[in-house]
Amino acid sequence: MTLTKAELIEQLYDDLGLNKREAKEFVEQFFEEIKDALVAGQDVKLSGFGNFIVRSKGERPGRNPKTGADIPIAARRVVTFRAGQKLKARVDRNARPE
Amino acid sequence: MTRSELIELLAGKQKHLAHKDVELTVKSLLEYLSAALCKGQRIEIRGFGSFSLRYRSPRVGRNPKTGDVVDLTPKYVPHFRPGKELRDRVDGAWDDIAD
Repeated sequence: MTLTKAELIEQLYDDLGLNKREAKEFVEQFFEEIKDALVAGQDVKLSGFGNFIVRSKGERPGRNPKTGADIPIAARRVVTFRAGQKLKARVDRNARPE
Repeated sequence: MTRSELIELLAGKQKHLAHKDVELTVKSLLEYLSAALCKGQRIEIRGFGSFSLRYRSPRVGRNPKTGDVVDLTPKYVPHFRPGKELRDRVDGAWDDIAD
Protein backbone atom coordinates (compact mmCIF):
# COMPACT_ATOMS: atom_id res chain seq x y z
CA MET A 1 0.00 0.00 0.00
CA THR A 2 1.13 3.53 -0.74
CA LEU A 3 1.97 5.96 2.06
CA THR A 4 -0.09 9.16 1.72
CA LYS A 5 -0.80 12.28 3.78
CA ALA A 6 -3.86 10.56 5.27
CA GLU A 7 -1.67 7.72 6.54
CA LEU A 8 0.93 10.14 7.99
CA ILE A 9 -1.87 11.98 9.82
CA GLU A 10 -3.18 8.69 11.19
CA GLN A 11 0.29 7.70 12.45
CA LEU A 12 0.83 11.06 14.20
CA TYR A 13 -2.54 10.63 15.84
CA ASP A 14 -1.72 7.09 16.99
CA ASP A 15 1.87 7.71 18.10
CA LEU A 16 1.90 11.26 19.45
CA GLY A 17 -1.71 11.90 20.38
CA LEU A 18 -2.09 14.97 18.18
CA ASN A 19 -5.76 15.34 17.35
CA LYS A 20 -6.77 14.78 13.74
CA ARG A 21 -7.08 18.49 12.93
CA GLU A 22 -3.67 19.32 14.46
CA ALA A 23 -2.04 16.38 12.74
CA LYS A 24 -3.54 17.34 9.36
CA GLU A 25 -2.44 20.95 9.73
CA PHE A 26 1.06 19.87 10.73
CA VAL A 27 1.52 17.45 7.84
CA GLU A 28 0.29 20.02 5.34
CA GLN A 29 2.48 22.76 6.75
CA PHE A 30 5.50 20.44 6.82
CA PHE A 31 5.38 19.84 3.07
CA GLU A 32 4.34 23.45 2.38
CA GLU A 33 7.44 24.85 4.13
CA ILE A 34 9.71 22.52 2.18
CA LYS A 35 7.99 23.53 -1.07
CA ASP A 36 8.23 27.25 -0.27
CA ALA A 37 11.96 26.96 0.41
CA LEU A 38 12.52 25.12 -2.89
CA VAL A 39 10.41 27.64 -4.82
CA ALA A 40 12.58 30.39 -3.30
CA GLY A 41 15.59 28.55 -4.75
CA GLN A 42 16.77 27.25 -1.38
CA ASP A 43 18.09 23.70 -0.99
CA VAL A 44 16.46 21.73 1.82
CA LYS A 45 18.77 19.50 3.85
CA LEU A 46 17.07 17.09 6.19
CA SER A 47 19.77 15.25 8.09
CA GLY A 48 19.19 11.52 8.37
CA PHE A 49 16.81 11.62 5.41
CA GLY A 50 18.21 13.45 2.41
CA ASN A 51 18.68 16.69 0.52
CA PHE A 52 16.29 18.36 -1.90
CA ILE A 53 18.39 20.38 -4.33
CA VAL A 54 17.22 23.05 -6.78
CA ARG A 55 19.17 22.81 -10.02
CA SER A 56 19.16 25.25 -12.91
CA LYS A 57 19.41 23.58 -16.27
CA GLY A 58 20.51 25.50 -19.32
CA GLU A 59 18.70 25.46 -22.63
CA ARG A 60 19.40 22.33 -24.64
CA PRO A 61 18.46 21.13 -28.09
CA GLY A 62 15.36 18.97 -28.30
CA ARG A 63 13.22 17.49 -31.00
CA ASN A 64 9.53 16.95 -31.54
CA PRO A 65 9.41 13.15 -31.66
CA LYS A 66 6.37 13.21 -33.93
CA THR A 67 7.50 15.64 -36.60
CA GLY A 68 11.27 15.46 -36.12
CA ALA A 69 11.41 19.26 -35.96
CA ASP A 70 14.23 20.75 -33.87
CA ILE A 71 12.91 22.76 -30.92
CA PRO A 72 15.10 24.05 -28.13
CA ILE A 73 14.16 22.92 -24.62
CA ALA A 74 14.06 26.10 -22.55
CA ALA A 75 16.24 26.69 -19.52
CA ARG A 76 14.47 25.52 -16.39
CA ARG A 77 14.78 24.92 -12.69
CA VAL A 78 14.18 21.45 -11.34
CA VAL A 79 14.16 19.78 -7.93
CA THR A 80 16.24 16.67 -7.36
CA PHE A 81 16.47 14.54 -4.25
CA ARG A 82 19.60 12.87 -2.95
CA ALA A 83 18.96 10.35 -0.22
CA GLY A 84 21.33 10.66 2.73
CA GLN A 85 23.87 7.96 3.64
CA LYS A 86 21.75 6.77 6.55
CA LEU A 87 18.59 6.34 4.49
CA LYS A 88 20.45 4.74 1.59
CA ALA A 89 22.15 2.23 3.86
CA ARG A 90 18.87 1.43 5.61
CA VAL A 91 16.98 0.97 2.36
CA ASP A 92 19.74 -1.17 0.92
CA ARG A 93 19.68 -3.46 3.97
CA ASN A 94 15.92 -3.91 4.04
CA ALA A 95 14.07 -2.94 0.94
CA ARG A 96 12.49 -5.28 -1.50
CA PRO A 97 9.67 -3.45 -3.31
CA GLU A 98 6.14 -4.74 -2.80
CA MET B 1 17.06 25.21 4.85
CA THR B 2 18.13 22.64 7.39
CA ARG B 3 16.09 20.33 9.55
CA SER B 4 16.46 22.65 12.56
CA GLU B 5 15.41 25.68 10.49
CA LEU B 6 12.35 23.75 9.32
CA ILE B 7 11.54 22.99 12.95
CA GLU B 8 11.86 26.70 13.84
CA LEU B 9 9.55 27.72 11.00
CA LEU B 10 6.92 25.17 11.99
CA ALA B 11 7.22 26.08 15.68
CA GLY B 12 6.50 29.69 14.73
CA LYS B 13 3.29 28.62 13.03
CA GLN B 14 2.14 25.93 15.44
CA LYS B 15 1.95 28.14 18.53
CA HIS B 16 -0.24 25.69 20.39
CA LEU B 17 2.49 23.03 20.29
CA ALA B 18 5.50 23.07 22.61
CA HIS B 19 8.84 23.35 20.81
CA LYS B 20 9.89 19.85 21.79
CA ASP B 21 6.61 18.51 20.38
CA VAL B 22 7.29 20.18 17.04
CA GLU B 23 10.75 18.58 17.06
CA LEU B 24 9.29 15.19 17.88
CA THR B 25 6.63 15.52 15.19
CA VAL B 26 9.16 16.40 12.48
CA LYS B 27 11.38 13.54 13.63
CA SER B 28 8.41 11.17 13.51
CA LEU B 29 7.32 12.27 10.02
CA LEU B 30 10.83 11.71 8.64
CA GLU B 31 10.91 8.33 10.35
CA TYR B 32 7.55 7.31 8.79
CA LEU B 33 8.84 8.29 5.35
CA SER B 34 12.11 6.40 5.84
CA ALA B 35 10.40 3.35 7.28
CA ALA B 36 7.97 3.21 4.35
CA LEU B 37 10.83 3.22 1.84
CA CYS B 38 12.61 0.52 3.81
CA LYS B 39 9.52 -1.66 3.52
CA GLY B 40 9.57 -1.06 -0.22
CA GLN B 41 6.43 1.07 0.06
CA ARG B 42 5.77 3.94 -2.35
CA ILE B 43 5.05 7.40 -0.93
CA GLU B 44 2.67 9.80 -2.68
CA ILE B 45 2.17 13.32 -1.36
CA ARG B 46 -0.23 15.28 -3.55
CA GLY B 47 1.22 18.59 -4.76
CA PHE B 48 4.65 17.66 -3.45
CA GLY B 49 5.80 14.50 -5.15
CA SER B 50 6.33 10.79 -4.85
CA PHE B 51 9.11 8.58 -3.57
CA SER B 52 9.77 5.11 -4.87
CA LEU B 53 12.63 2.67 -5.08
CA ARG B 54 14.75 2.22 -8.16
CA TYR B 55 16.56 -1.00 -8.85
CA ARG B 56 20.29 -0.93 -9.55
CA SER B 57 21.52 -4.07 -11.32
CA PRO B 58 24.64 -5.84 -10.14
CA ARG B 59 27.70 -4.54 -11.94
CA VAL B 60 31.43 -4.65 -11.85
CA GLY B 61 32.80 -1.41 -10.49
CA ARG B 62 36.26 -0.16 -9.79
CA ASN B 63 37.85 1.44 -6.82
CA PRO B 64 38.70 4.83 -8.34
CA LYS B 65 41.80 5.16 -6.17
CA THR B 66 43.43 1.79 -6.71
CA GLY B 67 41.76 0.66 -9.93
CA ASP B 68 40.85 -2.64 -8.28
CA VAL B 69 37.81 -4.45 -9.63
CA VAL B 70 34.89 -4.64 -7.17
CA ASP B 71 31.73 -6.69 -7.60
CA LEU B 72 28.72 -4.50 -6.79
CA THR B 73 25.60 -6.32 -5.64
CA PRO B 74 22.14 -5.40 -6.91
CA LYS B 75 20.38 -2.87 -4.74
CA TYR B 76 17.49 -0.48 -4.37
CA VAL B 77 17.91 3.27 -4.02
CA PRO B 78 15.27 5.86 -3.07
CA HIS B 79 14.05 8.05 -5.93
CA PHE B 80 11.98 11.25 -5.73
CA ARG B 81 9.78 12.58 -8.50
CA PRO B 82 8.47 16.11 -7.86
CA GLY B 83 4.71 16.52 -8.27
CA LYS B 84 3.22 18.82 -10.88
CA GLU B 85 2.55 21.68 -8.48
CA LEU B 86 6.11 21.64 -7.12
CA ARG B 87 7.62 21.32 -10.60
CA ASP B 88 5.56 24.20 -11.96
CA ARG B 89 6.15 26.46 -8.98
CA VAL B 90 9.90 25.88 -8.90
CA ASP B 91 10.20 26.45 -12.63
CA GLY B 92 7.75 29.40 -12.61
CA ALA B 93 9.80 31.18 -9.99
CA TRP B 94 12.69 30.94 -12.46
CA ASP B 95 10.65 32.74 -15.14
CA ASP B 96 9.99 35.58 -12.70
CA ILE B 97 13.70 35.94 -12.02
CA ALA B 98 14.75 35.55 -15.66
CA ASP B 99 12.27 38.06 -17.10
